[in-house]
Amino acid sequence: MDRRAIPDYPTVALALLLSIYGILMVYSAGQTDAPNVAQRLWHYQVVWLCIGLLCAFVVSRASVRLMEWAAWPTYLAVLCILALLPIFGSGAGTAASSSAWLTIHGHRIGQPSELAKLAVVLMLARTLAARKDAPKSLLELWQPALVVGIPWIFVFLQPDLGSSIVFIGIFFAMLFWFGVPWQLLLLVASPGISLILAFSTGIWTAWFLVLIALVWAYKPYLWEGVTVVLANVFMGIAAPLLWDHLKPYQRNRLLVFLDPSSDPRASGYHVIQSQVAIGSGGWLGKGFTLGTQKRLAFLPAQHTDFIFAVVGEELGFIGVTIALTIFLVLFLRCVRIATRANDTFSSLVAFGLTASWFVHVGENVGMTLNLMPIAGIPLPFFSYGGSFMLASWLAIGMLVRISGEGRGRADSLAI
Amino acid sequence: MSFHPNDVARRARYASIGLFGAFLVLLGAFFKTQVLQNAQYVLQSETNRLREVPLPAPRGIIYDRDGRVIAENVPGYSVSMLSPTADSLRAVLRRLSGTIPLNSDQIDAAVRRYHRAPNRPTAVLSDAPFDVVSVLEEHRVQFPGLIIQSAPKRHYPDGAVVAALVGYTGEITEAELNARAFRGYKSGQQVGKGGLEKQYEDRLRGKEGTRFVEVDARGRVVRDAGARQDILPEGAQPLYTNIDLDLQRFTSGLFGDSLQGGAIAIEPTTGAVLALYSAPSFDPNRFIGGIPADYWRDLNNDPRRPLYNKVIQGRYPPGSTWKLATATWALENHIATLDETMPTPCTGGFQFGNRYYHCWDPKGHGNLTLAHAIEKSCDVYFYQLGLKIGLSRLIAGGVALSFRDRTGIDLPNESPGYFPYSLDYYNRLYGPRGYSSSVVLNLAIGQGENSQTVASMARFYTALATNGMEAKPTIVRKSEPDRTRIFTLDSAQFRGLRAALAGVVATGGTAAASQIQGIVLAGKTGSAQNTQDPLHTHAWFVGFAPADQPKIVVAVLLEFGGHGGHAARLASKIIEHYLKVAPASQVQTEG
Repeated sequence: MDRRAIPDYPTVALALLLSIYGILMVYSAGQTDAPNVAQRLWHYQVVWLCIGLLCAFVVSRASVRLMEWAAWPTYLAVLCILALLPIFGSGAGTAASSSAWLTIHGHRIGQPSELAKLAVVLMLARTLAARKDAPKSLLELWQPALVVGIPWIFVFLQPDLGSSIVFIGIFFAMLFWFGVPWQLLLLVASPGISLILAFSTGIWTAWFLVLIALVWAYKPYLWEGVTVVLANVFMGIAAPLLWDHLKPYQRNRLLVFLDPSSDPRASGYHVIQSQVAIGSGGWLGKGFTLGTQKRLAFLPAQHTDFIFAVVGEELGFIGVTIALTIFLVLFLRCVRIATRANDTFSSLVAFGLTASWFVHVGENVGMTLNLMPIAGIPLPFFSYGGSFMLASWLAIGMLVRISGEGRGRADSLAI
Repeated sequence: MSFHPNDVARRARYASIGLFGAFLVLLGAFFKTQVLQNAQYVLQSETNRLREVPLPAPRGIIYDRDGRVIAENVPGYSVSMLSPTADSLRAVLRRLSGTIPLNSDQIDAAVRRYHRAPNRPTAVLSDAPFDVVSVLEEHRVQFPGLIIQSAPKRHYPDGAVVAALVGYTGEITEAELNARAFRGYKSGQQVGKGGLEKQYEDRLRGKEGTRFVEVDARGRVVRDAGARQDILPEGAQPLYTNIDLDLQRFTSGLFGDSLQGGAIAIEPTTGAVLALYSAPSFDPNRFIGGIPADYWRDLNNDPRRPLYNKVIQGRYPPGSTWKLATATWALENHIATLDETMPTPCTGGFQFGNRYYHCWDPKGHGNLTLAHAIEKSCDVYFYQLGLKIGLSRLIAGGVALSFRDRTGIDLPNESPGYFPYSLDYYNRLYGPRGYSSSVVLNLAIGQGENSQTVASMARFYTALATNGMEAKPTIVRKSEPDRTRIFTLDSAQFRGLRAALAGVVATGGTAAASQIQGIVLAGKTGSAQNTQDPLHTHAWFVGFAPADQPKIVVAVLLEFGGHGGHAARLASKIIEHYLKVAPASQVQTEG
């Protein structure tokens, strides 16, 4: 097909734009007054971008059918690696106490959970695409739930809260895209919502009434409805008990999310300093590489999790708007690719990859302003990290391929 | 079919709306933080990165009446430390103590200062010698929070000569920081601790400046200058005093190393203090930048109490110098005239009730008029005058002549005169009617329940010199003298009283040895009995000159100095020195 010969240049250009923007910020993150580990990391990031571009090119040459075929082996391989991580894994950086890194002979190879996200998207797309129509009952969801659930448990136990949130995001987004009714998705999510809302009996009771109404309106199988309601009741009761079982740092993170000033010196410190960095940026920022919060080491993890605070501090509201706008345009374009895809599998893959990025951006950018609780989650194309850069560009490669095989000429679209 | 293109397009619409919604929420949040709350966060980020290093203001220079320097500032250095926590400060100072002399007391003090203001540099050495500073400069890299600062240092060119009046400065104490009077002061600042330095602290302190240094999250100094425009310190205006530094030096020289006591010289018409000296003195220069412990111990253990101001704090029985108060009160109230004699002539003593009261001169003075009794300082005459006045009226007289008040001299910690407030005082002390009227005998000759400061007696004599106008002693120059009328004598009485006082220092008076060639000196000696040493009386002399147009009042007290004549010799030399060196046009002496 001649379409393969015309790659989706706008998508590549948007991703490249973000990558260059990101590398500039990684460079700036290394420019501090106190000696800093991040000083030369932008070199590596350039190298990883080149590797990513190469891989993306290779992937874009591979047929979507090949991707579909590769879903199973990739998924299994990823599961094996995740299962072995407690033995070979080690912590690093902001997640020093976890075992998220694949380590061989003391050399950290990479973070398999980044690859796992791609594998889960592929596998879930394959599983769903094999169906004739969308699941209409809870029982029919067992397959997708299993596909996401197994790696989710591994990642959650590492513990890598950020990636586990991404898995949940991918799960719901792809089910939505596949046409699962939103009522059903809400019923699936309801125990989790109950868990979160259980901190206030009043709010939880209100939610419970909404749920009852939903069950009554949606009319699931009787036993499913009963199960959902009971699960919600159980969560409402179990939440306080679960709270007691959280590790102190996890509990602090949630408390600090509700009120950062409750612990300004310790747990709240990151969020407060990040907000100060962003807020002091103003319209135009303090100038590239000149952010004082970053320079003087008040900003934590300035080259990884909190890199967007550097954007806010140094380039101001304008810089933030530019970055977020590029993300928005890229995502809208990806949704368009998913819409125009040639088959269900391609469409689901495209939407799943987009959802994964979206969760990353929403959570990462949100936490710099305390809109989200802190979870160690990188910003796509920005945060320093080889695995994620590679994974993101692999995803771009797949999207370019899907776009090329899709109906109509994607690059001639408005977005 | 759930994956029909129409369904997909519908979901794509929802997804796009979701994306837009999230985009707008994020953008709104950034707008609120970066644009609406910008000022608040800018402030926070500046607070994060900038540390204010105080630039001490030079204190006001203190001049004497002729523009000679009493207190000035010389270049000095202070060493302070920026630190993120108290523990790290302690650790760094321990390390520092290997490089420069720094004992554990100083480290503890620094840590206490740190707790008070953790964001300000903690003063470690407020007056570092140059060799210490040069050693520190060499090792600067090892101590990233170290701040070496040039700081003006107080210096008193005349040292011990001016100690009693100028005081000294020192670092503000924790107790002072808590006090309301020192609101706005910060830990590590220098404040006046005594004398003029303390009294005029507000005028002398100047306005502290600020230098901004940039620190990182661990409190290390990253940029020393240029982080923000410095606020320059503003030096205080100089303080012009009435002190005659030449006379002050001369007075100090008269006391030498052996005499102890105090002397004050005042201009009777203005209250201007010309000299004020307390002996033995101390060197205020050694107090600057922290008093060496051994020097402080020596000063405190010295039985002659050098730190105690014997002019304004020490109270002594005024003895015969107070007879003028008795006499003035009697004259003003027409209880006696200058020519009046008493029923019993002096035979060296006076029998009252069952007790015999001695006159200071066992030979006796015979039958005397009041004028002669003043000249001879006859106790027997004044016993009887006291009886004639009566206890109640004599107390009222002392109170009216302000012997219970402070003089109001512009120095801190002045003691008020000690004198009964009324008869009630005796009723409380001895029980109602539990005392005989013999107390009036002692009171009349300046003994008994009466002790006064040197300054207080000098003030009373400003009134004697000017017929009742008492001048408040002032050290710092003022446009308007502060004078109060405390008695009025008619001109004959006044002339007679002055002549009697002149007679004291004339041949035949109690201070005949203190005559000055060409100047008529008027004054009164006193030899005050005291409980500390019954064998050696305190020697007093209070007087003024020239007698007919007084230009200077001098009060001298020598602790355990024996007869008042000894004090008179000092006083006459002070007066002579002052009047002889004064411009010729002002010297108007008899003959």
